[in-house]
Amino acid sequence: MFLTRVVFAAALLLVGASSVQAMDLSPDAVKIEDDAIEVSLTGKEGDPAAGRKYFANRKLGNCLACHANKEMSEHLFHGEVGPPLDGVAERYTPEELRAIVVNSKAVFGPETVMPGFYSLDVGKDVRKDLVGKTILTAEEVESIVAYLVTLK
Amino acid sequence: MLKKTRMLAAVAAVAGFALAGSYAVAEPADDDLVIDGTMKMTVRAKPPEGHPLDEVRSGWLYRTEETRALEEDTFQNPGMLYVERGEEIWNTADGKAGKSCASCHGEAAASMKGVGASFPKWDADAKRPINIELRINKCRQENMQAEPYKFDHADQKALTTYIKHQSLGMPVSVDLSQGDMQSWWEKGKETYYTRTGQLNLSCASCHELNNGKYIRADHLSQGNVNGFPTYRLKQANMVSLHNRFRGCIRDTRAEYPKAFTDVLMALEVYVTWRGTGLSVETPAVRQ
Repeated sequence: MFLTRVVFAAALLLVGASSVQAMDLSPDAVKIEDDAIEVSLTGKEGDPAAGRKYFANRKLGNCLACHANKEMSEHLFHGEVGPPLDGVAERYTPEELRAIVVNSKAVFGPETVMPGFYSLDVGKDVRKDLVGKTILTAEEVESIVAYLVTLK
Repeated sequence: MLKKTRMLAAVAAVAGFALAGSYAVAEPADDDLVIDGTMKMTVRAKPPEGHPLDEVRSGWLYRTEETRALEEDTFQNPGMLYVERGEEIWNTADGKAGKSCASCHGEAAASMKGVGASFPKWDADAKRPINIELRINKCRQENMQAEPYKFDHADQKALTTYIKHQSLGMPVSVDLSQGDMQSWWEKGKETYYTRTGQLNLSCASCHELNNGKYIRADHLSQGNVNGFPTYRLKQANMVSLHNRFRGCIRDTRAEYPKAFTDVLMALEVYVTWRGTGLSVETPAVRQ
């Protein structure tokens, strides 16, 4: 009886303290297996419309810096460092796309130029205010993945 | 001047628009750099032994037609104003000894010819390689009894530009046999291939693996330094090499070293070597 009450109280506390971010998988807890990440980093589906904005935003994904994307022809200057993303959803599953955005080096090998957007395996001398931080949040990754899935 | 820069930016934007529609892989220009119709620059050179690329190319080949044209014409090249300013400094006495550069070195056209093509050089006193900026400061302190220039002081940039310009057209050639130059070359090479920052990029990520490609609106060059100090349209100013190094490292979201520190001097030795055989273009004009 007592035990049940304690567990119930603890559960209440957990619910009270939880936020969207607390549910996110931490970068260290993310597992890339067979070039894919099976579970959503947030536990939820991303928002493709938000993902489209993060994709273009130079301070967030800045994906156009390196990738051309015909679906975004309203933006000038598409980069060429990475492959064009037209039809990328036909080449990769959503789980593979998630893994590539999170840490492409774990998928394509250590020489890959693409940064890991949800990885703490980063370069030397990281700017002090960015130490321990990822380029994108879990929600931003999930929304970008949700957008990429629409590129068929 | 400002007007001209603005107009150029508009031209560049239009050119970029055409590009974004095509997704064509943009090769470096098939073009020759001939300054004032008479001085032919070497913009493609055979790499020195051990160089990872098939051909060493000047960054000039990666710029738009409009930007390339600015460097072809001495009167159009905005960097030439800094050469003129550098000449004034050369001939002006400064410091307690009451000397100018010219007091000891006479005509720069004769005495400084080749200097810009051969620095950085081993400095036996400092037991490290030094570049032209540091050589100027050494002279100011030891011979002129003047204060050394602070990094990127306008006079430092102008005088460096003037001195390097005396080697215009001469092939870049660093002597790695002096002192410990070879080990500094090795250190610089290590830095070149070390990824930095949250974006996890090395110099090689862009300038070795992806030169010739566009990163957004910017055409990635091989990152050769034969044109430094360089007039950059983006900044509407002369940009020193160490300023550029720091800017590139900063863009990887990393803490960046101070100018002229060992790590950046080693990088200067290595990167200068990578441009072996290219003509000194100072003042080059870039985007």
